[in-house]
Amino acid sequence: MTATTASASIRVSTDPTVQYLLRIGDTCLVMAQRLGEWSGRAPTLEEDIALSNTGLDLLGQARGVLTRAGQIEAERGGNAYDEDQLAFLRDERDYLNLTLVELPRGDFAVTVLRNFLMATFLKHLWHRLERSSDAELAGVAAKAVKEARYHQEHAADWVVRLGDGTGESTARVKTALDHLWPYTAEIFEADAVDDAAVASGLGPRWADLRDEWRADVDGVLAAAGLTPPKERLFRSTGKSGRHSEHLGYVLAEMQHLQRTFPGGTW
Amino acid sequence: MSAEVALSRLERAWQVLDGVLDPEVPVVSVRDLGIVRDVVEDDGGGLEVVVTPTYSGCPATEVIEQSIVDALVADGLGPVRVRMQRAPAWTTDWMSDSGRAKLRAYGISPPQHLGAGDAVPMRFVPRRRVEALACPRCESVDTERIAAFGATACKALWRCRACGEPFEQFKAI
Repeated sequence: MTATTASASIRVSTDPTVQYLLRIGDTCLVMAQRLGEWSGRAPTLEEDIALSNTGLDLLGQARGVLTRAGQIEAERGGNAYDEDQLAFLRDERDYLNLTLVELPRGDFAVTVLRNFLMATFLKHLWHRLERSSDAELAGVAAKAVKEARYHQEHAADWVVRLGDGTGESTARVKTALDHLWPYTAEIFEADAVDDAAVASGLGPRWADLRDEWRADVDGVLAAAGLTPPKERLFRSTGKSGRHSEHLGYVLAEMQHLQRTFPGGTW
Repeated sequence: MSAEVALSRLERAWQVLDGVLDPEVPVVSVRDLGIVRDVVEDDGGGLEVVVTPTYSGCPATEVIEQSIVDALVADGLGPVRVRMQRAPAWTTDWMSDSGRAKLRAYGISPPQHLGAGDAVPMRFVPRRRVEALACPRCESVDTERIAAFGATACKALWRCRACGEPFEQFKAI
């Protein structure tokens, strides 16, 4: 915990390198927060532990990436913010996570399916980031790629079990797929932040990961007897800072203590 | 400081690290785990211990760092600084044979050695067969995985059908 002296919100620059890192760090952080909501609530003790452990890995990954984002912000003339300041003192519009991860945790089918869709994407992203021109980011990625692979295996197992399970489990995971699928399009929408990352060697254009992601996802959905819904024109925009109505509530809970007792430690 | 003295200080440091145990699995040392990558003397006369974290979110990381500092300082080898080095990423293949033997004796199935196929993300195959482990108690291979995650990030939960006992596995990553 950091000894901040004020609870006032902070803003970071629009430097594309910082933005690219915040997209990754915020996505991991918000997803970790959503998974933490399952502690003590999952259908079985084993899955309770699995969801918490997955969340813990994501939190660790977020810490590494946010720390690096803060360092780069400072190197480029901005303020030197640490991981805690970036997590606790930014407002909703300055969070750059994918909308998909901020959606309510839903039932177990929604959570498991989202874990699968995201772990698959993150696995491919971390794999590319192992060769990032930024040595720190490459170091985080080398560790995270192994964790993401394990998360993917576990979540994919559940997607198959639910899809190929009872009438109730099949109906629930189908509903979850219809609900979540439209939000996956955002992941692969290229923009100037992505282009800058490719130009500097920081990381891949996320759009370039789409085929690999789709190959993994289609294989598992087929084994589960599920078919992705038709593509729609709808595009969520969380990674540009324009979020669903849900993120504000996530941040309110996550940031409440630091905003109320600035710099509080225990 | 002569080279001879410097060498013995480093040797002593490695000996001390043999006694710094993992807080969650208090039979294996940080050296057994393979997370201590290097011990060097810095320009200021202090010791720098280079440590690689096991899992990104492992809550024991900070405790381990502090235990390393405390043990070396208590042995008169201070001042000591721990430097976290993420790359190359830790793998359970770095665990020593003596560490694996200690885990087994403690009732935890040690990590298997990773095959080349596990080194890079592969295209996912649904319901990948999980290789059977030998039970650390009765050595039967008639075992099954109960849960992919265990009490700590580094472990999974198994059961032996032969002796009926549950046991933990130190996951291979």
